[in-house]
Amino acid sequence: MNSLKDYTDPSFSKLLYQRLFANKEALVGFLILTALLLLVLPLFLSPFRLGLAGRYLCYAFVAVGLVMCWGKAGILSLGQGMFFGAGGYCMAMFLKLEASDPESTAIQTTPGIPDFMDWNQVTELPWFWMPFKSFPLTVLLILVVPLVLAFVMSFFYFKGRVTGVVFAILTQSMVACLWYFIVGNQGYFGGINGITDLKTLNGWDIREDSSQRILYFICSLLLLACILLSRYILSSRLGRVLVAQRDMENRVRFSGYNITSFKVFVFCFAAVISSIGGALFTLQVGFMSPNLIGVVPSIDMVIFTAVGGRESLLGAVYGALAVSYAKTIFSEAYPNLWMFFYGGVFIAIVLFLPKGLAGLYQDNIKVWVKNWMRKPETDPESLKIKESEVNNVE
Amino acid sequence: MGDYTIQEIYSVVVMQSFSGLSLLCIFVLMGLGLYIIFGQMGVINMAHAEFLVMGSYTMCLFSKFISANFPWMMNYYIILAVPLSFAVAFGVGYLVEWLLISRLYKRALDTLLATWGLSLIFQQCFRSFIGAREISADLPDWLMGTWMPTDSIFIPVNGLVLLALTIAITVGLVLFMTKSRLGLRMRATTQNREMSNALGVNTKMTDRLTFALACGISGIAGAFFTTMASTSPTAGTNYIVDSFLVLVLGGLGSLLGLFISAAFLGILSSVLEFFMSGSLAKVWLYLIIFVVLMKFTRGLFSARIRT
Repeated sequence: MNSLKDYTDPSFSKLLYQRLFANKEALVGFLILTALLLLVLPLFLSPFRLGLAGRYLCYAFVAVGLVMCWGKAGILSLGQGMFFGAGGYCMAMFLKLEASDPESTAIQTTPGIPDFMDWNQVTELPWFWMPFKSFPLTVLLILVVPLVLAFVMSFFYFKGRVTGVVFAILTQSMVACLWYFIVGNQGYFGGINGITDLKTLNGWDIREDSSQRILYFICSLLLLACILLSRYILSSRLGRVLVAQRDMENRVRFSGYNITSFKVFVFCFAAVISSIGGALFTLQVGFMSPNLIGVVPSIDMVIFTAVGGRESLLGAVYGALAVSYAKTIFSEAYPNLWMFFYGGVFIAIVLFLPKGLAGLYQDNIKVWVKNWMRKPETDPESLKIKESEVNNVE
Repeated sequence: MGDYTIQEIYSVVVMQSFSGLSLLCIFVLMGLGLYIIFGQMGVINMAHAEFLVMGSYTMCLFSKFISANFPWMMNYYIILAVPLSFAVAFGVGYLVEWLLISRLYKRALDTLLATWGLSLIFQQCFRSFIGAREISADLPDWLMGTWMPTDSIFIPVNGLVLLALTIAITVGLVLFMTKSRLGLRMRATTQNREMSNALGVNTKMTDRLTFALACGISGIAGAFFTTMASTSPTAGTNYIVDSFLVLVLGGLGSLLGLFISAAFLGILSSVLEFFMSGSLAKVWLYLIIFVVLMKFTRGLFSARIRT
């Protein structure tokens, strides 16, 4: 596809198509995921299970961001929970303001402000809550807040050539810092309890089954859009530089690229995607609390990515779904065993499957299926099952 | 602060800086282990805090055993308990290096994840086999007393012991690294692994002993940790983020930097905690460190950086 003919092709849509789907496999993988998210799950899952799947998909946003920033660009961030939380809290603050109109909070000392503020002797809405009275501003802030945070936090460090484990440790401290910040400001952000009792979005009740279903579809569509956008970036020259600097930083630097800006870009990109996931998470769950975004959840998000395959965008989605699902099932039934198993997953992935499920597919199943297909007596049914595990892209 | 006399303010400052000093000691003891492991093998050990907890549990259980069976030994058992804590953490560290870490050299980001998984497993082990509730050690009376240099200054004895121990371990470690045969091998491996190997140093064994030694040190830290707080399966997680931050701020490759940054963190956090609530003090502490690191991105004292 790199031949001259392709690039001189006047048709824009064809060019775009080639950028998004490098080969047939990438297209099939994407279509299978689309079918799974938009047809299979909604048709076969009960409303409760579908709601759970919707929540897991919110983590998939973070996982996709981590594929871009960790898998492709080599920047491991243990603090993605911070951006997830930024989006989640922006949305929660908007919903909370809507839920605490003067009529329903009439029993408070100061009607019209969120209940936890009233409990903490705050008598006036703080200035930084003002923008969350308007929905368009909230949506804007969901995109801008993580962008600014990520920029400030990464620019100076990348410029000073902080890399690898040091940056990972720094991001972990940052998410710890945010956790303490929220817990310490009980009157302004709800403290350890978080922001709860969220009811409506512009008058639309988000707690009903029908609205949960609509939110699930919005979530899936946005996730697919994010994956396509990430693919578009990766297939551009920008994406090539990102991968190149991961593998051979000095060589890229000597070639005249300003690596700082590339790294900051991909870190901010991952942050914004995570923030979108966080905002959708708040909408589906109906509350936001610091314990959803602390140090431990942030590392969980990394393990979603690692299980799915740190270099595979589609794998990240499967990883987030699989690990979260397993967590829900097992951690309730066998809490003790689950922790052993979960810790074991971290070790096993690192030791035996550094490329995650995507690597398992690419190195084993795909080869196996190909060998199978050569034989004339191939059973087409077994092939279909294997293809449902497709999660490779690039 | 108008109601206080000069004398009282002076006492508060002294006591507050002493509590900062105790925090410093914990940071140094944790940081020493992390520093050795990272310097030698390029491995980030997220499970390091669990070795501290392991030391604490050894101390607690041993003290319970002594007070139940040999009450007359109560005043002296610490002399036995500290080496025992060291031995337990050393042994487990030896096994961990052998089974897990030795397969992950030069994959720093991966060790980070693997050792996090390890720490989850350890925590669950504590929970399943020892119990999820907090326990504390039966301590001899002399350790829990206070020392009063003036009428208004109270200095806890356990803090003094911790301080003495930290100094002793640090001096011992420096002597060990510079004077002993194994220390020589450790330094040689750190500087040039291939060449040391070629010259007949068993680098694998050196790595294993180094890792176990670092774990043993945090086991000792854990034993003394019981004199200040009770032990629970997740007690270590409160310190791991801070200890790594100490390491990063110090410059990852310098022992002097480790001390300076541990002092910086310990004293700053106890001063901040005097003026505001605990969690806001943490926020300011972190923010100050982030800003300092923005200027000195390689830490305050970086000898040479390995990533």
